[in-house]
Amino acid sequence: MSKHAPPAPLGGSYVTPMNVLMVMLMGIAGVVLIVRLIYGLGAVTNISDGYPFGIWIVYDVMVGSAFACGGYSVALLVYIFNRGEYHPLVRPALLGSLFGYTLAGASVIIDLGRYWNTWHIFTPPWAQINSVMFEVAVCISLYIAIMWIEFTPVFLEKFMKKDMKQKLSKWMFLFIALGALLPSMHQSSLGSLLIVFGTQINPLWQTLLLPPIYLLTAITVGYAIVIFESTISALGFKRPFELDLLSRLSKVMWGILVVYLVMRFGDLIWRGALSEAFNPNLVSLMFWLENAFFLVPAVILASESNRHRPSHLFLSAVCMMAGTFLLRINSFLVGYDTGTGWHYFPALSEILLTVGIIAVEILGYIVLVRWLPVLPKVDAAVAK
Amino acid sequence: MSIDRRQFLKGALAGGVAMTAASPTISEARENLTMPPKAMGLLYDSTLCIGCKACVAACKESNGMPPEFSSSVPDQLWDTPLDLSGKTKNVIKMYRNGSADHKDVEENGYAFMKHSCLHCVDPSCVSACPVSAMTKDPENGIVKYDEHDCIGCRYCVAACPYDIPRFQYDRPFPKIVKCELCRHLQTGENNTRFQYSACASVCPTGATLYGPTEELKAEANRRLALKAGSETSYPRGKIGGKDSYQGKVGNYIQHLYGDKELGGTQVLKLSAVSFEKLGMRTLPERSFASVSETMQHSLYGYLITPLVVLGGLAIAAKRNVRDDDSSDQA
Repeated sequence: MSKHAPPAPLGGSYVTPMNVLMVMLMGIAGVVLIVRLIYGLGAVTNISDGYPFGIWIVYDVMVGSAFACGGYSVALLVYIFNRGEYHPLVRPALLGSLFGYTLAGASVIIDLGRYWNTWHIFTPPWAQINSVMFEVAVCISLYIAIMWIEFTPVFLEKFMKKDMKQKLSKWMFLFIALGALLPSMHQSSLGSLLIVFGTQINPLWQTLLLPPIYLLTAITVGYAIVIFESTISALGFKRPFELDLLSRLSKVMWGILVVYLVMRFGDLIWRGALSEAFNPNLVSLMFWLENAFFLVPAVILASESNRHRPSHLFLSAVCMMAGTFLLRINSFLVGYDTGTGWHYFPALSEILLTVGIIAVEILGYIVLVRWLPVLPKVDAAVAK
Repeated sequence: MSIDRRQFLKGALAGGVAMTAASPTISEARENLTMPPKAMGLLYDSTLCIGCKACVAACKESNGMPPEFSSSVPDQLWDTPLDLSGKTKNVIKMYRNGSADHKDVEENGYAFMKHSCLHCVDPSCVSACPVSAMTKDPENGIVKYDEHDCIGCRYCVAACPYDIPRFQYDRPFPKIVKCELCRHLQTGENNTRFQYSACASVCPTGATLYGPTEELKAEANRRLALKAGSETSYPRGKIGGKDSYQGKVGNYIQHLYGDKELGGTQVLKLSAVSFEKLGMRTLPERSFASVSETMQHSLYGYLITPLVVLGGLAIAAKRNVRDDDSSDQA
């Protein structure tokens, strides 16, 4: 197959203005967390019985874990569909996923009212297997463990544990298979969570196709995130932009996106739900905004020449991310009819905790690519 | 490299086919659950309710709940809950329209509605709860909550189509709050003045009536068959008890709410004003829990589909990871 440069630590300073800013944001989030623990969820969030799930669930988990699908999407391509040429993308994508998922998990626990009972989910007398939440929780937890195992070779390389790495690599195929199975299960189940809400969810989003809708957007946004992160990495670390690889990746993304759009609108028309999208209200506006963000990259990436323009690739990736974000926000919050008199917009402190979690992800990524062999080695002169 | 997409789609298609092929053999559609043998419940008759809220006060007393002060009432002198909450399990809400001159009239009239758990035959909250903190008693069908099991995820709060379970957002160690039909009164450690559901036992007009759901249903159907304005006997407290009185028959809408909604509920409601107007949603007969569980079981029943897919993925990964290793060392 193709030959590519082995990954190597990036090196460089850990104390940069960016990193200091991230640490400060984490500190603020820490204060919010302490207030939450002492005074309860209501003291720092705007969630209510009308909107019991706020951004700590809908953004940090629903959107956050979808944005953390880079590792899953690239692993599918490389290991399941044997596209070895994408191999240089595996480690950076996996690292992004590792942080995204681990922190989504942490965020859930912060959001749980009775967090000290969390272990009940995994323990037989309590575990309630008919619950979609049970399936999501178990799958996500397992996947986080699997990703840390998948990432272990990077640590072993760093600490020169050659024999241990070889032992692990014998079994790696199993972890890779699990790493492909588990996100397929829980990313689709994040959509299934809504099915039991029944008619409380607007017909624009309430459908038995929620599992494939959530799964396909998670896979496509996985590729979008790889393009996004590669672009930011190339700019931020002054590395060459892997245009050839990313433009081919964008074609894969485009293909799945087209399948998604056909399925999404086919379902809406077949169920006769599309008429809901023409009511003069916020719900239809948000619906069209969501789908515009999917339609724009579907149009841009249809052209071969656009796929070779970094700016167009980046724009498409950002649109995909915005569409995926809005699909989750819309189906869980905007399209959720909870009865009259309820309002939800996240409180500042609620947003600051989420920002702090994103800061952990960014800082963790920066520190680990400098310290560990994650990104492919490039010419020393370019890498600085 | 157009082969990328073709290969990917082929793979995805094969996976999809495998999934759908495996699913029907695993499980049949999960039907609505059925009424437990000794289902207990309430019959709330909006036409008999005078809005005195004795039931709201008695509920607090029976359950040891704190008073709640609404911001629209300046003096914090008495319990004034406007809605269910972490402090309130039962509330009477008023519907009013225009001049609100006449009781149980939709236009220029008013009417009352009791909001408390309906004890669904096939509850969404029980299906949603990941840790069996919300359970349905197999005998009397009461939808029970146990805080010792609960993780506080609030999926029950979000899922309930009647907006019943509430959460204590103002506490560091919160729990879910919902009506459990005063089941604590049956435990032998009853140190209250109530023998059965407090709301029914204090209701002065029998608007809230306690008893076995089947008997309540028969009583409701008896009322629906009567001529509006005629006189009849209304039981008070619990059905089959000694206490009853003569009263005028209301101008009922011919709909027993809770008879069919989402597979039925153990708490039933009668009204002269449309239930939508009184804040009771129009709902289908198929329970949302059964739709959700059918989906889950067909995808994950006995883990057959995941294991088959895992096998395929493992074979593919085993083949492809080798190439990858050699290229790693290159």
